[in-house]
Amino acid sequence: MSQAEETAEITTGGARGIDDRKNAAIRYVFFSCALVTVLTTLGIILVLIQGSVEFFQQVSILEYLTGTEWSPVIRPRSYGVLPLVWGTLIITVGSALIAIPIGTATAIYLSEYADPQVRKIVKPTLEILAGIPTIVYGFFALSFITPIIQYFVPDTGTFNAAAGAIVVGIMIIPMVSSLSEDAMSAVPDDLRNAAYGLGATKFEVSTRVVVPASLSGVIASYILALSRAIGETMAVTLAAGMSPQITTDPFEPIQTMTAYMVQIGISDVSVGSIGYQSLFAVGLTLFAMTLSMNLISLWIKSRYREEYQ
Amino acid sequence: MSTSNPFAEGTDDIERKRMIGRVFVAICFASTLVGIVALVALIADVLYESWGWVTWEFLTYPPSQVIENFLPGGRGAGIYPALVGSIFLIALTAVFTVFLGVGAAVYLEEYASENWLTSFIEANIANLAGVPSIVYGLLGLAIFVRGMQLGSSLVAGALTLTLLILPIVIVSTQEALRAVPDSQRQAAYGVGATQWQVIRDVVLPRALPGIMTGTILSLSRAIGETAPILMVGAATSLFVAPDGLTSSFSAMPMMIFEWATLPEPEFQHVAAAGIVVLLTILLLMNAVAILIRNRYDPRS
Repeated sequence: MSQAEETAEITTGGARGIDDRKNAAIRYVFFSCALVTVLTTLGIILVLIQGSVEFFQQVSILEYLTGTEWSPVIRPRSYGVLPLVWGTLIITVGSALIAIPIGTATAIYLSEYADPQVRKIVKPTLEILAGIPTIVYGFFALSFITPIIQYFVPDTGTFNAAAGAIVVGIMIIPMVSSLSEDAMSAVPDDLRNAAYGLGATKFEVSTRVVVPASLSGVIASYILALSRAIGETMAVTLAAGMSPQITTDPFEPIQTMTAYMVQIGISDVSVGSIGYQSLFAVGLTLFAMTLSMNLISLWIKSRYREEYQ
Repeated sequence: MSTSNPFAEGTDDIERKRMIGRVFVAICFASTLVGIVALVALIADVLYESWGWVTWEFLTYPPSQVIENFLPGGRGAGIYPALVGSIFLIALTAVFTVFLGVGAAVYLEEYASENWLTSFIEANIANLAGVPSIVYGLLGLAIFVRGMQLGSSLVAGALTLTLLILPIVIVSTQEALRAVPDSQRQAAYGVGATQWQVIRDVVLPRALPGIMTGTILSLSRAIGETAPILMVGAATSLFVAPDGLTSSFSAMPMMIFEWATLPEPEFQHVAAAGIVVLLTILLLMNAVAILIRNRYDPRS
């Protein structure tokens, strides 16, 4: 753009005092709009830290990070965040077990095997899954997934971790499949043809040439999808329940960090109470987890990116 | 460098290799079907549960605690305040988002030079897009509701949703601006236009369809968001539509959440009816966006 600016200066010639001041003012307005995004990040960090500082003036950080009971509002109170982290982990791992194999296989099919016409229809159709509001997935879990689970495991309650993990898994399939497919399609045909020339079958080309060559993009899509699963709120609140507990039984109700925040959000917890402050401590924990995963994903993409001519 | 052929082993058993290949394609194809079947099941489930519950009364009456009121012949109950609340909320969000999003994108594409500040702003936008929506809800609660004393108002909800979708709007607007050929800018400079005139009269009109498509798609994400407006304090028991910027508000996803958590099983049908209304509006917004794109896309 600097070249364009020079051109502008030359052509407007002598009488440009007013124009210059006007242009500078306009530039300043646009810059302020861009600055809003930086202020948003600063605002998020400051708000979370300020609330957390108030929280940790009353609760020891050690108890928060190592305690295994979470009951900040109801007596006897205890402030161990581990049950919430555990709930979030169960949902994240469970949804990854569904979305990563299915999403990767979908990406391989769309990139390597599917007719271009089929791909043109199937890819946007799958992306509809990502555009459906998460509250709808919560309803889907309650009215469809959980009854199916109850048919096979009759003791399962209305709220259970398995239903939450399944709907979040479905929700993030398109993130894995679309981003991985983009990465696989970017692998140049020369690599495929070279392998065919050595006598490779299509299966070998797909699994031993295309997947390794696009691995950085594929892994980055996994991490983005996991980060989305960690921050997922309404579907897990409706599907998995509000019972903070550390259990390995997927048919038990649990509570994720996000579901706890919803629970406080819909109750009348007064400002300044420990319940209100705990929102920000849990929010900070959640933010730290998703931010680090997003940064790892960006780093993998830039560090291991394969550039093809 | 090794000259051995990595694909040579086992070539004597080509039938087995072909078999593996066929099984692999079958697995990949079946996986592709999983996503599509899930989508069909979800839509079928919502339609089945809501069958007969989406009535004219449902669109025009306030909610009720009594299930009989939702039924035909009842006194009439529905989603009206939340429907109007959602429309107001999105309209207000659109105003804020277009101003801030287009402004920021124009700065980044047309004005900013390639320095550390620009790359910092762009990296920051990429990170903001990955922040969970409920965290934006906490931001809105602390800054707009408490800090600026706006309370649980329509404007507080709209500002929160604006910050949430701003990163997506900026990125899509940047793409639209980038698609305007540089030759057009140079031509305008050549006839003596200032930079502002170039942006206002050449770049923005050319990029408008792309900007509108991206903005409408982002707004369709905002209208389905529950967590941020829940933290801001959207109401579930309002019987009137919001009548001003600072009035309290209800919104469709919030209402659906409320109905879905009620213990009476009949309210599941009411929640499903609410979902049908929400998804219909989403579908309309997406259709408009696709229409604009197809109508003005130079490639089509």
